[in-house]
Amino acid sequence: MAAPTAAGKVTGSKSADRPIRVAKKRDLPFPLNIYQTAVGKKWVMAVTGVILLGFVLFHMFGNIKLYLGVIEHDGERLYDIDIYAEGLRELLTPIFPRTWLLWLLRGGLIVAFGLHIHSAYTLTRMNAVVNRQYQSKRDWLAANFASRSMRVTGIIVGLYLLFHLADLTWGWIPGYDWERGQVQANVVNSMSNPVVAIIYIVANVLLAVHIFHGAYSMFQSLGINNPRYNSVRRNLATALAVIILVGNVSFPIAVLAGIIDYDPNLVSA
Amino acid sequence: MSTRLNLTLSIWRQADADSPGRFETYPAKDIPDDASFLEMLDIVNEGLIENGQEPIEFPHDCREGICGTCGVMINGRAHGQEKGTATCQLHMRKFNDGDTIVIEPWRAAAFPVIKDLVVDRSPLDRIIEAGGYIGAPTGTAPDANEILIPKEVADSSMDAAACIGCGACVAACPNSAAQLFTSAKLWHLNSLPQGQTERFRRSENMVETMEEFFGSCTNHGECTEACPKEISQDFIAYMNRDYVKSKVFNRRLAGQH
Amino acid sequence: MTDTSISQSSPLLDSKVPEGPIEDKWDNHRFKIKLVNPANKRKFRIIVVGTGLAGASAAATLAELGYNVDAFTYHDSPRRAHSISAQGGINAAKNYRNDGDSIYRLFYDTVKGGDYRSREANVYRLAQVSVDIIDQMTAQGVPFAREYGGLLDNRSFGGAQVSRTFYARGQTGQQLLLGAYQQMMRQVDAGKVNLHTDEEMLELVVKDGVAVGIVCRNVVTGEISKHSAHAVVLATGGYSNAFYLSTNAMACNTTAIWRAHRKGALFANPCFTQIHPTCIPASDEFQSKLTLMSESLRNDGRIWVPRNHDETRPAGQIPEAERFYYLEEKYPSFGNLVPRDVASRNAKTVVDQGLGVGPLKNGVYLDFADAIGRDGKDKIEERYGNLFQMYERITGEDPYRVPMRIYPATHYTMGGLWVDYNLMTTIPGCFSAGEANFSDHGANRLGASALMQGLADGYFVLPYTIGNYLAPLLGHDPVPTDDPAFVETEQDVKDRISRFLSIGGTRSPEYFHRELGKLVWEYIGMERNKAGLEKALTEIPALREEFWSDVRVLGNNESLNSSLEKVGRIADFFELGELMARDALDRTESCGGHFRIESQTPEGEALRDDENYSHVSAWEWKGPDTPQVKHAEELVFEEVELTQRSYK
Repeated sequence: MAAPTAAGKVTGSKSADRPIRVAKKRDLPFPLNIYQTAVGKKWVMAVTGVILLGFVLFHMFGNIKLYLGVIEHDGERLYDIDIYAEGLRELLTPIFPRTWLLWLLRGGLIVAFGLHIHSAYTLTRMNAVVNRQYQSKRDWLAANFASRSMRVTGIIVGLYLLFHLADLTWGWIPGYDWERGQVQANVVNSMSNPVVAIIYIVANVLLAVHIFHGAYSMFQSLGINNPRYNSVRRNLATALAVIILVGNVSFPIAVLAGIIDYDPNLVSA
Repeated sequence: MSTRLNLTLSIWRQADADSPGRFETYPAKDIPDDASFLEMLDIVNEGLIENGQEPIEFPHDCREGICGTCGVMINGRAHGQEKGTATCQLHMRKFNDGDTIVIEPWRAAAFPVIKDLVVDRSPLDRIIEAGGYIGAPTGTAPDANEILIPKEVADSSMDAAACIGCGACVAACPNSAAQLFTSAKLWHLNSLPQGQTERFRRSENMVETMEEFFGSCTNHGECTEACPKEISQDFIAYMNRDYVKSKVFNRRLAGQH
Repeated sequence: MTDTSISQSSPLLDSKVPEGPIEDKWDNHRFKIKLVNPANKRKFRIIVVGTGLAGASAAATLAELGYNVDAFTYHDSPRRAHSISAQGGINAAKNYRNDGDSIYRLFYDTVKGGDYRSREANVYRLAQVSVDIIDQMTAQGVPFAREYGGLLDNRSFGGAQVSRTFYARGQTGQQLLLGAYQQMMRQVDAGKVNLHTDEEMLELVVKDGVAVGIVCRNVVTGEISKHSAHAVVLATGGYSNAFYLSTNAMACNTTAIWRAHRKGALFANPCFTQIHPTCIPASDEFQSKLTLMSESLRNDGRIWVPRNHDETRPAGQIPEAERFYYLEEKYPSFGNLVPRDVASRNAKTVVDQGLGVGPLKNGVYLDFADAIGRDGKDKIEERYGNLFQMYERITGEDPYRVPMRIYPATHYTMGGLWVDYNLMTTIPGCFSAGEANFSDHGANRLGASALMQGLADGYFVLPYTIGNYLAPLLGHDPVPTDDPAFVETEQDVKDRISRFLSIGGTRSPEYFHRELGKLVWEYIGMERNKAGLEKALTEIPALREEFWSDVRVLGNNESLNSSLEKVGRIADFFELGELMARDALDRTESCGGHFRIESQTPEGEALRDDENYSHVSAWEWKGPDTPQVKHAEELVFEEVELTQRSYK
């Protein structure tokens, strides 16, 4: 018998025995196996992105209370934002003990952050393996600054998040006397330092840039797509980015401008 | 009759897959503006042969924009500056006298350079092989009109099926992703009634084979811009949806696994 | 003149047409031919060269049946085959339009369209399986055009008075090829097809008169490889590129069938080439190919030239009275839808009279103004949008505003390897399918029939008939590739390559191809005459001499070298060109695509000579410097009455 090659082989091209990336070692059980592929990772990135976007929106919405100043509450005069902060801790009490639900939400956010970052990291690594750079200058036709800088804006926003926590949640940043529970006081004291205010402003611009592409992109990654609504997607992403940008950047500016201030004399002792 | 152009070409020359490549400059003189881009390269090549220099290898075949063989980066754009046009259908009247044209092969780890401007795009065949078909052995088909397909569905399927497999989507993608290629084939078959039985199997296998060679989608949209058939990025969303669905669906049939 | 003595109904040419009434021939044949038991099919190995419609569908179906298939393509992917360029559609006798179509009518139209130079039984079989093709391709997911009710849409197509053409926008060939390609890839996945990409077949291996394998060159690495099998199928397309300027892809060539011809396969009707009427005229010497636009454009476009020789006004300003709608005037009932050869020759006539349009006065107008006025721009855009776009890209003119300019170009060759009813050539074990064989189109092919024939051969004919050849071979292994037959053939291939690389002349292969093309177009083009053909028979060999001493192939054999690929193909075109001239000279009648000026009716139509030429001319290779010898297969017409074609 002649020596014909084994059936089903493809010769003449090398790709048959040359995958760039070796296939996964084994299938994890559902639904973890979804996360084993890039499409699945993007899906997770989108889902966690939706969660984080919801958080950012809600966070900004809550912070608008900084503008409301002092109000009457249970017979006491308190800054509205401080009441709101306490309200968060008391969410769904008395069903849950105080702060339990808040911690649950925080836990969810931490997981979402972790997955968002992990999927971004692993996808970047994957792409680095398969990508080859052009030796001449290439043109970008559809990709915009936002889409091309997601990794950079993501990292900066992540670092900013740590700074923000250290500054207002943990009180680790020197420069003012941080006091637990005194949100209005802490915000005003922190941001009245122009350097800190600029950090907040720059970081929030980048956050908006990140959201501009993320919010547009998540529908695509999740497969929520209908040519009839697609034109709305770009507008929705723009609207979300602008709302968050305007809202968040207004706080440090308003503090610097004295629109948001803190006067210990106005609150009940 | 036709205007003549004098151009400077900066072309990537590479002897074979293992040799290093470099840009080399060639004059392209007296090029008629009615010539196609590839005919311009033909003219340059004939000049090279007359001077005893090895001609530039470039991918081409049908020169009608349908076979998908041609495709190079022209001044930083896949298939050149004209939207919805394969390299062979780009004509020199789109250039100006005195222009410098930089021509580079597609770049992706999955598309190694074979020589000069020619790359190996066989991974695209591996994706089709993994499931880009409908299992309908010859002789088994029912009458064609027994399968009713709404015109809208047939049209949408055809929009996706128009893909010529040139690889421009991969070339234009900063992640060297082949999602547009894969999703176009998936939607072509997944949207049709005939394609339903293998829909989830197909989605899973094609996506996972794709990922052995190509990157992930970052939704830049460069692929659609580069595509000579202007295939919509929407199909990528459909692929994402079908892929995750296929995982769930196959879960539901876990007993069969 | 060379010796072309006819040995009437040569014993070499047993067509093996089965007995019985024409409707039953195929059924009878399928019942009578030998079968290979399903369990034994896996013991056979079949080589399929070419992965276009015919090759891919044959490879897929043979593999589904259980045979081991080795499929070869010189492209980087089977999906690049030139079948992909067919635009208009595929015929099938479905009668979905209820307009009186039937298998018999499709059969009749095809025989008549082919000017009575095809084998009735083959054509009838083609019409029979045409309906299965549509079912098969639909089941495979080809997105044929649909109506709102979800049923398949049809259009009418050049030369037919019924709407029997199925289409997928202007990309029917692409969609059908992708369908066949996908079916083949499914078998690659299943392990039944070995796919050899980038492998160009350079020689057929024949041992004791039987085809036993092929020798290939890998176009990327230059490696020469030998492949052995029980049978070899050549589905390598047509040879229009002998004309240099044609609508074929740049790489299309005759090498595979020509090497088989040199090894003993008779070459049938080489002079039957088809000129497509609707191509974009050449604009200059540099032109590398011509672009075809679907003939379906003739459904809505009106063809005309100015009546005035010195017309300088733009088309839109020429009043109706000064326009010469020559097809509508000459052929009132068919008008712009006359068959391709008639449309082409009339275009040549008006251009030769100096009525041509465009800067080189080498085209005629195809005008959509009336259609746009009648149906609206949107409707026209829906039908022909991609063609209009393509036209605009190539010419820089907007066909919605100014009429297109068109001119005929070669795009299909009816001639090819002679095959019997089983599609086997005169070399046992060597089969030929699709455009590569001569079988079904006679002297002229009807529009939308090429896709039909390629798929019919590959899906529904060859997979059955090959079993008849293989069945007696059970228990025989393929000839080993270290057999002297293989080793000698491999050496021949290597020697030929070294010879090309060592000529070291001054001209590029492209130059010789272009010069050859000019001769072929000039003398063996749309109109042929004795003097011109005799001239071709001296000028082509003279140019061939020059080619063999002055061609320059740079680079080496060890890497991608398109000049080296090309030069071998051109060498074969030289020999083929000569045979085309010899065949055209021998056939003193006019028929279909073969128009001898000496043989025409008073109205200038092709005048057949049924008395003397109602046969297939099949040429036998007699060595490089000896003219081929003609054998004839007499054509017997039991069903169709031979009439002078008239499309008035």
